[in-house]
Amino acid sequence: MSGVEITRRKFLVGSTTAVGGLALGISFTGQKVEALPNVTDGALQPNAWLQIRPDNKIVFQLDKTEMGQGVIASMPAILAEELEVDPRDMVVELAPVHGDFQDPMQMTGGSSSTRTRWDVLRETGAKARTMLIAAAAAKWEVPLDQCVAREGRIHLTGSDRSATYGELANDAAKLPIPKEVSFKNPADYRYVGKPLRRVDSIAKSTGTAEFGLDVRVPDALTAVVLRNPHFGGPIDSFDTTEAEEMPGVTNILQISAGIAVVADTYWHARKAADKVTVAWNKGPLEHVSSDWIRSTWEEQAKQEGKSVRSDGEGMQGLDLAADVTTAVYEVPYLAHATMEPMNTTARVTPDSIEVWSPNQGPQIVQSLVADALDVPLDQVTVYSTLMGGGFGRRGIPDYAVDPVEISKALGQPVKVVWSREDDMRHDYYRPATYNLLKAGVDDRGKVQTWTHRIVAPSIMATLIPTMSVMAPQWMPDWLTTLLVRGAGSLMKTRDASSHEGAGDHPYQIDNIEVEHVYFDPGIPLGFWRSVGHSQNAFVIESFIDELAYKAKEDPYEFRRRLLAGNDRLLTVLNLAAEKAAWGTVKDGISEGIAIHESFGSVVAEVAEVSVDNNKIKVERVVCVVDCGLAVNPDIVKAQMESGIVFGLTAALKGEININEGSVVESNFHDYKMLRMNESPKIEVYIIPHDDKPTGVGEPGTPPIAPAVANAVYAATGQRIRRLPLRLS
Amino acid sequence: MTHFLLNGEPVDIDVEEDTPLLWVLRDNIGLTGTKFGCGIGLCGACSVHLDGETVRSCQTPVGDVSGKQVTTIEGLTREDLHPVQQAWVEGNVPQCGYCQSGQIMSAAALLAENPDPSDADIDLAMSGNICRCGTYGRIRSAIHRAAELMSEQTDVVQHFDPDDPLVRRVS
Ligand code: FES
Ligand code: FES
Repeated sequence: MSGVEITRRKFLVGSTTAVGGLALGISFTGQKVEALPNVTDGALQPNAWLQIRPDNKIVFQLDKTEMGQGVIASMPAILAEELEVDPRDMVVELAPVHGDFQDPMQMTGGSSSTRTRWDVLRETGAKARTMLIAAAAAKWEVPLDQCVAREGRIHLTGSDRSATYGELANDAAKLPIPKEVSFKNPADYRYVGKPLRRVDSIAKSTGTAEFGLDVRVPDALTAVVLRNPHFGGPIDSFDTTEAEEMPGVTNILQISAGIAVVADTYWHARKAADKVTVAWNKGPLEHVSSDWIRSTWEEQAKQEGKSVRSDGEGMQGLDLAADVTTAVYEVPYLAHATMEPMNTTARVTPDSIEVWSPNQGPQIVQSLVADALDVPLDQVTVYSTLMGGGFGRRGIPDYAVDPVEISKALGQPVKVVWSREDDMRHDYYRPATYNLLKAGVDDRGKVQTWTHRIVAPSIMATLIPTMSVMAPQWMPDWLTTLLVRGAGSLMKTRDASSHEGAGDHPYQIDNIEVEHVYFDPGIPLGFWRSVGHSQNAFVIESFIDELAYKAKEDPYEFRRRLLAGNDRLLTVLNLAAEKAAWGTVKDGISEGIAIHESFGSVVAEVAEVSVDNNKIKVERVVCVVDCGLAVNPDIVKAQMESGIVFGLTAALKGEININEGSVVESNFHDYKMLRMNESPKIEVYIIPHDDKPTGVGEPGTPPIAPAVANAVYAATGQRIRRLPLRLS
Repeated sequence: MTHFLLNGEPVDIDVEEDTPLLWVLRDNIGLTGTKFGCGIGLCGACSVHLDGETVRSCQTPVGDVSGKQVTTIEGLTREDLHPVQQAWVEGNVPQCGYCQSGQIMSAAALLAENPDPSDADIDLAMSGNICRCGTYGRIRSAIHRAAELMSEQTDVVQHFDPDDPLVRRVS
């Protein structure tokens, strides 16, 4: 690789800004300025997001990818509001990889899209509006203040005269981009803060929306890949004689991920794959099973961890307590199980590499592919498609590499399709963790000490080697290795995702000690909707509930007392209690409450639960969210509903078990999903704000498991400290 | 050679008779609205109508549909949206949208048989369809709304636009 091959990318090694964690702050910035996406002659294109074409098409580049969370509707609305155009009249394009979209990486996660795009999209809209007004004023030779932008036109006040944005685009494009702009008064908002219908609903209700799996590249073959179920294990031997005779099969070849069986259709590839006999080596994790992990946890929890929070006397506070309550909480590994299994289509020719991939990080796809084929980044074009769910899984697009390797070998386009079984057994899982908690109470019954020892791996430490391909190509290999190794070991103790939501819990207690004992069984780890919060909220909010009962206090009132002075949390908590009519339930129903802050938002949930024959049924959930300004309140509501069902599925059913270093579960018969008949009635209330938006994709998930566990305790007197919730 | 009616049009298809209808639709015919989710009959993403009844196309060998009528999500939309689709759009039901073809096919079959289903009827008819995005509450409301639309015989206002930019094809 030549030393001057600099592309305009920025990357923070080990940054988890996009997923809620800590950033090391090493950044590399190239200098080359890229062309804006899809340039058209005569268009006004103030930056990479917006283009107003002379034919009056207003094109929005959606740099965040759409996986159901609704950025396709909410992000254009932010820009459209300031531009004074109906967002539904804009054309939304799923953006290519571009330098302007990298902050520091072009990826979608961490409930960050709306909050990190709020400023730039408003500014872009306001700048374009200002330029269009200036163009109209010059054209009509009138003062600026006689030109008003409204619904995609500039109007001359006091006359019928007006021009479309398209008509003014060419003139406006010649003007300098203003540095300072004025914004609309939120009271005048017409689209932001309104429950606008999603623009993708029709395509998604007619079967015409194109997901990754639906991409059809002419002459593409379909491949399935047999992967070693034992993580990290190689192939001892394999025999393809019988498989080669199967109908439709064109090739069988070994690739980095395993054995690829290529055929004219998926079914032919799958049937042939069943005929391949493989001896898988059990690999380095043969000794790893769920039981082994659990017994090792107990040992690990005996040692001190790295302190992530120490208030007052810290651990020593326990020595001064009149009484100490101890509890152990455990959570299992979880799979993402997006509805659309992993897939990617690739067309590799001698001079170009094209990849159609449902992904949460087009730039990561580009880097992984460029690295796999050892080509410069700019040879790789990534087309992001709609995704049938993401939930964090598609932030690690390992699946994009397989079709590229195969297509290169065969000289033909290839789509690789994962089966549900492939998907379940080759995920990057939510970590399983073990939590030892102790609370000291003084002689007046007040909680004076809280200690929490978390035995957990680090997602970042396991991912950094994969991510090393993201280092700039000018960086010498030795430096990449050094940084990766350094960052990797630093992450073991510094990765906030292990303790987020636990180290920073909001309850006022004099002495607090939270520690992290790093223990990694070696199972691949990833970001699972709400990441560390997904397990830590369960632990914190269940143990707080235990302490409330211990103090013989109402769990809601107990929380209020420990949150005194924290107005934002109290407002949310109080409204949840009010809307749920806390303290009054029908016969046969019990209620539980929980509150948790994540991704800048605060969510409280009250779960109403019935228990029949040891079967837990959640009847109703009341959810209150403070997410700053709700850009599209109906999408906020939908995301709360979605996050609750996602979290409830995990709370009641989710468990990935390990045996001989491989995943036991394989499909929806043993990794069960919540279904219509089990889904509660959900009510969502949004705290009104004029402020900036905060996260909504994930914050609905963390509080539901503890709210339900607490309701189950109220119903049965059984404190369940291990997920999924099972009554005995 | 298997012969059947697909969305009202005759189709002749020459594949092994044990090939699941799902893959015939998607790979051989190129109708990709019907989705693959599990391949073992547990998620409902692949639901289509076979002589008006909902079936899982991943569990239906194409040989079994010989001489029968198959309707897919593409066949539900004529000029205008089907009332179920209309209700889906009104209620902002789809999130990722991947399960929704299957959900809509199940809902349409339910309403054809039971024009005014109760919540319990809906639970029964829809529990074979997983939605990982958790749109169940909205689906329930939208089915009630679709029932209303069907009883009112309202003119459907929402037209389907084949040039919708989201319908992006690779050429
Ligand atoms: S793909 Fe047919 S039921 Fe899941
Ligand atoms: S809308 Fe995503 S799975 Fe149902």
